[in-house]
Amino acid sequence: MATGPEPSLRLTLEEFAAFLADVRRLGFTLLGPTLVQGDFVHREIAGVADLPRGVGMVQEAGTFRLVPRGDEALFGYPVGQPSWKPVFFPPERLLWTGRRTGRGWEIRLPPEDREPVALLGVRPCDLAALEVLDRIFLHGPYVDPYYQAQRNTALVVAVNCTVPGGTCFCASLGTGPRAAAGFDVALTEMLTGDGHWFLAEAGSDRGRRLLSELPGRPARPEEEAAASQALAQAAGHMGRSLKTAGLKEDLYARYEHRHWAEVAARCLTCGNCAMVCPTCFCHLVEDSLNLTGDRAERRRIQDVCFTVAHSYIHGGSVRSTPRARYRQWLTHKLATWQDQFGCLDCVGCGRCITWCPVGIDLTAEVTALRVPETPGPAGPEERHDQAGASAG
Amino acid sequence: MPKKKPTLAVWKFTSCDGCQLSLLYLEDELLELADCLDIAYFPEASRRLLPGPYDISLVEGSVSLPEHLEQVRRVRRRSRVLIAFGTCATSGGIQALRNFTAVEDYARLVYERPELIPVLAESTPISQHVPVDLELQGCPPHRGQVVAAVAAFLHGAPPPRTPASVCLECKRSGHICVLVSRGLPCLGPVTQAGCGALCPGWHRPCYGCFGPKETPKTSSLARWFTERLGAREAELVRAFRLFYANAPAFRLESQAHEEPPRQG
Repeated sequence: MATGPEPSLRLTLEEFAAFLADVRRLGFTLLGPTLVQGDFVHREIAGVADLPRGVGMVQEAGTFRLVPRGDEALFGYPVGQPSWKPVFFPPERLLWTGRRTGRGWEIRLPPEDREPVALLGVRPCDLAALEVLDRIFLHGPYVDPYYQAQRNTALVVAVNCTVPGGTCFCASLGTGPRAAAGFDVALTEMLTGDGHWFLAEAGSDRGRRLLSELPGRPARPEEEAAASQALAQAAGHMGRSLKTAGLKEDLYARYEHRHWAEVAARCLTCGNCAMVCPTCFCHLVEDSLNLTGDRAERRRIQDVCFTVAHSYIHGGSVRSTPRARYRQWLTHKLATWQDQFGCLDCVGCGRCITWCPVGIDLTAEVTALRVPETPGPAGPEERHDQAGASAG
Repeated sequence: MPKKKPTLAVWKFTSCDGCQLSLLYLEDELLELADCLDIAYFPEASRRLLPGPYDISLVEGSVSLPEHLEQVRRVRRRSRVLIAFGTCATSGGIQALRNFTAVEDYARLVYERPELIPVLAESTPISQHVPVDLELQGCPPHRGQVVAAVAAFLHGAPPPRTPASVCLECKRSGHICVLVSRGLPCLGPVTQAGCGALCPGWHRPCYGCFGPKETPKTSSLARWFTERLGAREAELVRAFRLFYANAPAFRLESQAHEEPPRQG
């Protein structure tokens, strides 16, 4: 929704605190970033005091550290390990319980006890991720009622990124560092000579109403310009980049590239990349039975394409080698997803790079895969692949 | 007349008894278990010992004494379904540390007359001696796994398996990765799930007590520990040579970091 010429609001820190109080007064459970025992997590927060103050992040492939910034910034970092995916797509969800009766099974759906949530500090890359999930769970042929209910009521307060991280590459995907759509309110935090303030813009009627009740004054043109400049600067300081032009075609042409085997020598197939990805939504459905055999449960559990069982069909696993599994993950995200859902399954948040225990770097692997190779004999992993396929 | 209940037997080979105790700790499910099964042979729990054959045998412990070689075959013959449960039964256990050295060296340290202690040179898993229907890894396996496995066998459902990494449980629980964010040498990425990511949830690195996961790439993780965390070779040997020292993936990895035997 375009906001048109509507001016942004300039909020002081106190006015920002009042805004959060308003959100909670409206009945939303306010979820936001906070520190728990030295971990950066998303939890229910009461207000500004719970936000991580003066905290920065150092991120590289396979490494993450929280560091003091030496200032009072509340959002002076890009994204940590948690994304907003679990709010809408919980890692484990009870689908139904069954009770054996004299005549068969009585199926019961679990009670609907969710409450509307307000997400504070959704970064532009994570807004893009929610848009990807919306395509699948809201606008696809199979609507997920849980996702739908939670998503339709959720209030989204975005925070633009003035401090990108070492593994960020949203600028090259056009998903950040400034939020374009998909939010109720978007904030840009500014620490300038004239203090600590926020530029707030509405992205929905609900957001507009919320802002209209606040005492903040319209931002001056020079304040808007300062925020724009900070965001433009951030775009120039991304730690990574990914060239999207021709990406699908390049990957389709590189199915037998030798670099897949090189990655497979490092890939642990632990599944961390897919677990922390804000858009990967693979899951398995698990049935369980109690000892007496008269109560059953069916659960949906977050899963990854890195397990052997994930591609199990009659007779065995289709992707028995780590090489085949990593190739599946990467080409699905960046190539086949485009054919399937009409977009990339990557938003440039860099989580898969930071949180890979051995620092496998999606952007670097793609770069290596794009180097054309001269035909040669298959590597050891490839031969193993073929042996696995014939044995399966 | 009620149908005759299936019988359960619980066997012990060389072990600490912790897996059997985890059965007794079932508390909430114990009465239900006794309702569904005739607990026919469980010397740690009851003096009532009924003769076999048994429908389900849970086997704890590793094969490490000469008499075990015949005993384990007898257990197999008398069991319709044999579930090896726990680290010892599925890999040889901590006592398989002897497999990396001469067992007499240990015996001499402990016993005055080691020749009176006849032991096998190696401690080995049950599956190395007889066919096993299901292995439940873990030191001890999670109680829920044991109940789920028994329930599955009772009602003809496929037994639950968790061959993937601890990381999946860790991330589902919302724990922040201790390896990436704290630089701790966590074995979670190569270790089988099932514990519920117990240690990482308390900021402790996983030390692999559920054994290797499927397709464990231990060499890559060890390389990262060396290059990024500054682990020494001796530390890598110790990391992989613990609960699951004798599991092939961990055994080969620990051996890869051992000093080569001195010349001469």
